[in-house]
Amino acid sequence: MAEVVLSGLHKSFGQTKAVQDVSLTIGDGEFIVLLGPTGAGKTTLLRLVAGLEQPESGTVAIGGQDATAAPPSDRDVAFVFQQYSLYPHLTVYENLAFPLRSPIRAMKEADIDAKVREIAALVRIDDKLQNQATLLSGGQMQRVAIARALVRSPSIYLMDEPLSSLDAKLRGDLRIELKRIQTVLGATVLYVTHDQIEAMTLATRIGVMDRGRLVQVGTPREIYSDPVNRYVASRLGMPAINFLPRMIFPDLDTPSSVTTIGLRTEHLKIAPSDAGSASGTVTWVEHLGDQDYLHIDVQNHDVVTLSDPDSGLKTGDLVRLMPVSPLYFDDAGNRVRA
Amino acid sequence: MAEIRVNHLKKNFGDFVAVRDSSFTVKDGEFFCLLGPSGCGKTTTLRMIAGLELPTDGEIRLGGDEVTFRRASERDIAFVFQLFALYPHMNVRANIGFPLKCDGIARAEIRRRVEETAQILRITDLLDKPVSGLSGGDRQRVALGRAIVRQPKAFLMDEPLGALDSEFRHVMCGELRALHNRLKATTVYVTHDQLEAMSMADTIAVMNNGLIEQLGSPREIYDRPASLFVADFIGSPSMNFLDTHASLAAGASELSIDGTKIDIPAMRVSVGESDLVLGVRPEHVTLSDQSTLRGEVFGIEYLGTTQIVTVTTKRGMVKARIPADIKAALGERVGLSFRPEKLSVFEKSTGRVLKSALHEGGVHG
Repeated sequence: MAEVVLSGLHKSFGQTKAVQDVSLTIGDGEFIVLLGPTGAGKTTLLRLVAGLEQPESGTVAIGGQDATAAPPSDRDVAFVFQQYSLYPHLTVYENLAFPLRSPIRAMKEADIDAKVREIAALVRIDDKLQNQATLLSGGQMQRVAIARALVRSPSIYLMDEPLSSLDAKLRGDLRIELKRIQTVLGATVLYVTHDQIEAMTLATRIGVMDRGRLVQVGTPREIYSDPVNRYVASRLGMPAINFLPRMIFPDLDTPSSVTTIGLRTEHLKIAPSDAGSASGTVTWVEHLGDQDYLHIDVQNHDVVTLSDPDSGLKTGDLVRLMPVSPLYFDDAGNRVRA
Repeated sequence: MAEIRVNHLKKNFGDFVAVRDSSFTVKDGEFFCLLGPSGCGKTTTLRMIAGLELPTDGEIRLGGDEVTFRRASERDIAFVFQLFALYPHMNVRANIGFPLKCDGIARAEIRRRVEETAQILRITDLLDKPVSGLSGGDRQRVALGRAIVRQPKAFLMDEPLGALDSEFRHVMCGELRALHNRLKATTVYVTHDQLEAMSMADTIAVMNNGLIEQLGSPREIYDRPASLFVADFIGSPSMNFLDTHASLAAGASELSIDGTKIDIPAMRVSVGESDLVLGVRPEHVTLSDQSTLRGEVFGIEYLGTTQIVTVTTKRGMVKARIPADIKAALGERVGLSFRPEKLSVFEKSTGRVLKSALHEGGVHG
């Protein structure tokens, strides 16, 4: 494992600036998640690190060596794609041994065997080693795909939405497994996703991307509680953060440049109210089981917040909303710190 | 609009029993979800209501009429599929108007109804655009429009949001439910995504192996699961299950797990010495130093407002959903306590829940 340093990377496809001036240091043993919607440039950035794309300018250094111009095979990286591409005619065992049989590695058969069994146990497919790879369930196939990257010990693992083709339950299970495996191996990982839960639960640091730029890098807690702008604030949080015009809360004491108030569930105290002091009306209580989403109409703005399933609030109830140290934003959408 | 009544419906494909014996009523104007894993028979049930499959046995009534063996085209229902097949060479207006054109309806009338439909779906600005350039969400809206424009007695939807990514799917759920509130059309909706069912349905039928395991409101199904299968299938993360071996007398309000006495809702039935499973939802677990039910923190998943803490105990993994500001560290030994009035006890051999005080009174909230 090694440190990977990206500096001043630029990449365009025709008129589209896919990656713009991205600099990022991925420390040894770090799990960095690039988060952003489709088209934010996160996959392009990953491919630049892998050597599958060449940057127009900027450098990629892996383990202290400049790798900017090196072909993928010389970079000592392992890539896991969204779609598990296993060798269908081989068993799980052979699929895992394959990367180790490369002539340039010249590994002894006994060492290969030990490594395959160690990693198979780690991803919990050791009981499936003799199965045909394509006769496994989706979750098992993705485990094999991840394991095939893990049998090597590259400088960095590059993962492009490796869990997104799995169903919700399996994704939840594999998420926690992947984090455990990474911790056990001390692996350095650069991971791309548009799924905020994956980003929050897997990352040591999250890099939020917006139209080719890396707009904020920080721990999940930093990104969630201390976003630099509206865009970052709206990437994390379920339900999404609510933005309301400043004038809805005339009594709030804010810096003068503030035009928008950002309110998450923890920034709102909601109390049943009578007509006189009400600031909103409950329009819908969405029961999602463990959590209820409370939809409140506040002067024609829809505010969505989590409510305690036992709060007893129902459609049509009048409520009073009281902000509790919310986030402030200016006209340009940048954060204003109180 | 109309009521849909399904009586003792069965369907075999050769030796394979797809639907065992389904009976349910979808009330006029109700949003009804058939929920279950793939292969549970939910799509087959829907296709029989649509007339795309004929039942092996049983009866289907639509608005009082027996339609069991009637052709799909004679049932006056609209079907929305997962893969929205739009006609690529037609624009949005022509796509939505197509079913009416096929029925030989006058052009002025088609125009009026297409525009009304577009308004309901809030896609009026897209009417004259080609469908090829549309986003996934807009394509799905057009597909819905094609169903709505016919003003059928009922809508049948087979995973219409399955092709969308998860965050957008939830947005579309809100939209579909709001649409339902405006149209009040009887809707049968098939999905394997419990979150979709929870957020939209008035009534959910949870299916497994061709059988309806539980029928009820989302709240009812979540709070009072009738079986281990339902309890496990609904909820994310799913319910924690702790195995124990005990006997319970009617009126008992304690269950012992590894020597720890756990308060449970008062039992209304009694069971002899047998394998039991205590079911507890993650949000009803708290970390408590006093508790003698202990384990080690295996994982912490920070989610902003809350966090999921996974604890390994002698009885397996237990997940707790607790506020994000509570400190927990990997490897730390912690005690677990549960909210007594929310717990379910299941009989392991049958998988059925044991009746308790939890199951009394109406659905609240």
